[in-house]
Parts: sequence; C-alpha cells; structure tokens
Amino acid sequence: MTTFKKWRSRQSAPLLLVAVCLVMMVFLSIETRSFFSWKNVVNILEANSYRLILACGMMCVIASGAIDLSTGSILSFSAICAATVLQAGAPVWAGVLLALVAGTAMGTINGLLIQITRINAFIITLATSFMYRGLSLMVTKGIPITKLPQSFRDFGCGDIFGMESGVTMAFVVIVLLIPAFYFMRWGHYLTSLGGNPEALKRSGVAIGRYRVSAFALMGFLSALAGIIITARLNSAEANAGLNMEMDAICAVIMGGTALHGGSGSLPGTVIAVFLMGLIRNGLTLLSVSSYYQQFVTGAMLLCAVVAAELRERKRRIG
Amino acid sequence: MMNESIILEVQGLTKRFGHIQALDGVSLEVRAGAITAIVGDNGSGKSTLIKILSGNLRPDSGSIHIGNKTCPGLTIPQAISLGIRTVYQDLALDNYKNSVDNIFLGSELMQGPFLNRRAMRREAEKLLADIHVAIPDLTEPVASLSGGQRQGVAIARALRRPGKLLLLDEPTAAMGIQESHSTLEMLAGLRQRGMTQLIVSHNLHQVFALADYVYVMRSGRVIAAAATGDTTAQRLPELILRRESEAEGL
Repeated sequence: MTTFKKWRSRQSAPLLLVAVCLVMMVFLSIETRSFFSWKNVVNILEANSYRLILACGMMCVIASGAIDLSTGSILSFSAICAATVLQAGAPVWAGVLLALVAGTAMGTINGLLIQITRINAFIITLATSFMYRGLSLMVTKGIPITKLPQSFRDFGCGDIFGMESGVTMAFVVIVLLIPAFYFMRWGHYLTSLGGNPEALKRSGVAIGRYRVSAFALMGFLSALAGIIITARLNSAEANAGLNMEMDAICAVIMGGTALHGGSGSLPGTVIAVFLMGLIRNGLTLLSVSSYYQQFVTGAMLLCAVVAAELRERKRRIG
Repeated sequence: MMNESIILEVQGLTKRFGHIQALDGVSLEVRAGAITAIVGDNGSGKSTLIKILSGNLRPDSGSIHIGNKTCPGLTIPQAISLGIRTVYQDLALDNYKNSVDNIFLGSELMQGPFLNRRAMRREAEKLLADIHVAIPDLTEPVASLSGGQRQGVAIARALRRPGKLLLLDEPTAAMGIQESHSTLEMLAGLRQRGMTQLIVSHNLHQVFALADYVYVMRSGRVIAAAATGDTTAQRLPELILRRESEAEGL
C-alpha cells in the first residue's frame, strides 16, 4: 500500500468530515444570504470555542479508554466558584484561578476514583456528575449569579484579533495539545492506556499517573469552558453546561477517535466540532426550530458511533 | 551465597488464591547462558511462578535471589531494573500501535521532551534483524501481523533493554507449526548469544529440543528436576501425570 493510501485509510473519518463540511458550506451559501460572510464565520467560531475546548479534553479521555460524563457539571460548578468570589469583590485573576483549580480538582477526583476503585469510568463520572451538579445547586440554591464585573467579561469574551477571547483560548489549547498528544510520552502513553493498559503496566509504566492526568486535564478544560460561557452570558448557574459532555463525545467519536480508546484524532475532533457548529448555524439561518437541532445532534452521534464500531470491527478483522 | 553460574535462585515460594494453593514451596535455580524449562499440566503453578518472577504477583512467602539481591517479592519496575525481561503468553502488545512503538513501549528514545521516532525506528530495525524477524512494514499496527511476527516484536521488546534473564510464558502457544518452528529457532539463536532463558511450556517435545534443564511442576510444587541430557522425553509425561506420592527425581 502506498504512503498516500495508508494515510487516506487512517484519516478516513476526518476526510469524510471535511467533505461533509464542504457540501454543507456550498448548500448553505446557496440557500441563505448571510452564511458566506466573515461575520458569520466569526459567529460560528465564537459560539463553538468552548465546545472545541471541551471536545479536545474529551478526546484525550476517550483515547485513554475512558469517558467523562461529569464535564458539564464540572463546568457549572467551577463557573459558580468564580462567580461567587467575583461577586464578593475578589479580583478577576483570583476568580479565574479558583475556577481552574476547582475544575482540575474535580477532574483529579474522577481520575483517582476510577484508578483506585477500578470501577468503569462511565459509572464513576455519572455519579460524580450528579454530585458536582448538586454542589452547584447547594451553593446557588438554584438562583443564577449575575452582574459579574466587566473585567471578568473582558477576560472571558473580550476582543482579541477581532474575535472573542474564547476563540484564542481554544486555539492555544489545540496548539499545546498537538505536541503533547502526538509527540510526547504523555499522549503516547495515554493512547496505550486505551489500547492495552496491561501492556503499558507490564512495560513498567505507572499507568495511574496518566489515567488521572487525562481526567485532570478534562476538569481544567471544563473550567476554562465554564469561564468563557459565564463571561458570554454574564451569568453563572447550576444548569449551565447541561448535556455539553454529549456534544463533546459526539464530536470526538465523529472525528475518528476509537470508541474504546487506543487512538485519538485531534484534527478530526476539531473538524467535527466545526461541522456540528456549521449544522447548528445552518439550521438557525434556515429558520429551523432549535428542537430539531437536538434531534440532528442525536442522529449524528448515532451515525458516528455506528461508523466507529464498523471501523473497529474492520480493524480487528484486518 | 549463590553459585557464580546461577543467575536466579528461588527458594520456598508460596502463593495462595483463596482456598487454592497455587505455589507450595517452589525452589529452583536458573544457570547463566542456559535455557531452563518449567513443564507441567494446566493449573500446576507455572504461570503463577512466571508472574511472581516478572513482578506481576507478590508471593505469600519465600525469596528470590537475582544477582547480588535477595527480595521477598518484586514489583514490575523492580524486576525490570534487576534485568528480568518477560515475554508474556498474551504478548502484552498494544494492537493500535506499530511494531516500533511496541518495542519501545516504556523505554522510548527521547530528544528533549519529544519522542525520537527516527532513532527508535533505526534501532527497532536492527533489533528485529538480529533475531531474524522480518516485518515488511514497521508502520503497520501490530494487530495486522502474523503470530510469529507478533512474538518477534514481543521478544525484541524484551531484548531492547540489556537484561540478565528472559522469561517466556508459553512462547509457542496458539501458533502454527511453521511459526512455532521459527520462534524456537529465534530462542536457540538467543542462547547462542549467551541469553539466559526460563521458559514455561506444556509442549514437551519443544522443551526437549531446546532446554538444557527442566523442572516438572504439579499442584504448585516442583516434583522433579534434571538436565535434559540426563533424561528422556518419554519420562516427562509420566512424571506430570503420576500421583504425587510416586514423584521422584528424573
């Protein structure tokens, strides 16, 4: 098999997504007047910056053979931590730092619980998602925390290069993750953890450290996404980030990351988030009800999971 | 004090899983440069012994002497640092990764904080050539390789770091005749290069073709031990199957 054919075979999922994106873009450019404009492109990027951040973290977790269902709850609680101290008069850096530390701590707790108890990540993070969401409700009593300082809003959604700062943050996350995931031991071991954890352990690697680090990163990135959302909405509430982990999982699987771990695709994940954003944007421009958007996302996840499973079976047979 | 030519000495190892006594006072010696085989029926304790020596299990009692060290039990990193290299029955390969990545798993060559893939590939090619394993495309995931090639990758990984002792758990299990033959040739080649090997197998003919010393295990005990030159292949099945009360030297 030639090098090009091998590359095409391994990148089949991202290449298919690129093709679907192009078809969507041509269709939406013909069907709507406002789609093909710089303003709309910026709008898509800004509306999906935090989704991109979450999906990048989720890609690492899924590549390591796990899953994190508590992402939305971590997002909500870390944003509430930041908003609470900001309303009490703390400086912006303190609020942001507190949110990031809280998010990382919650992610670390997830990782430690999975590592120590050896219980499936699905069950552990399902349980902690309720706990973290419950904490948010306990702190806020269900009342949104609003009217946050302008300096915080500037940090989370201020203008950088003509776009909201969230876009830059997402870009920085991707730029840092590329070497860490593809060219350093961390990413190498993370995918091995998903491929065959026993092989990694028998090679003398302390696998727990890498498992916990994937969840800690997911927690950190959830908190970062929480800061962006809170700044954009000027409000932190217990229901923020509800079901956002599903969008992230959907993007990761669509992007070609193996469903059971072992390999991950950062470019595929980025393109999948963009495609999902494109579909949301297109449905809005076509004046389709938001109720349908939910259905479309679910249908896309179903297609992606089926495609991923078929890919996996083909790989096993091959 | 251990004899100069004895590289590993195990004394009185015991291991119990619930009400099952997997090992019951196992003692054995492995001589430098030789191939020592452990044979026995299923459930005789062979694999438990290999798991203890490779650091995957801790014994309940007994001791392991390797080099100048005496340990009650080992962890995997300890076993690796003491020069024990293991080829597991399931080969412990990451099927998503290619041969180079598998050979260097846990001991990657680095260039600063980054993986030095070029150097790893060069060294992997050399390692595989040394043990006469032909893999046409090193970038293909190991899932697509034949049983013999996968065994070759697992052995190359074990040999990648200098070691004193190579443990092999059923190295030809689930292999075809031709693949078994090439694997045995590979192991004979390693002996010629002075690599000490401890092989667990239930294939008696292979053991006789390859090993210098043989231990027979049954019900968690070593029931007989001898140099293969001092006994015959016909005596082994008798011992493996004979009742414990009748056990004796070979």
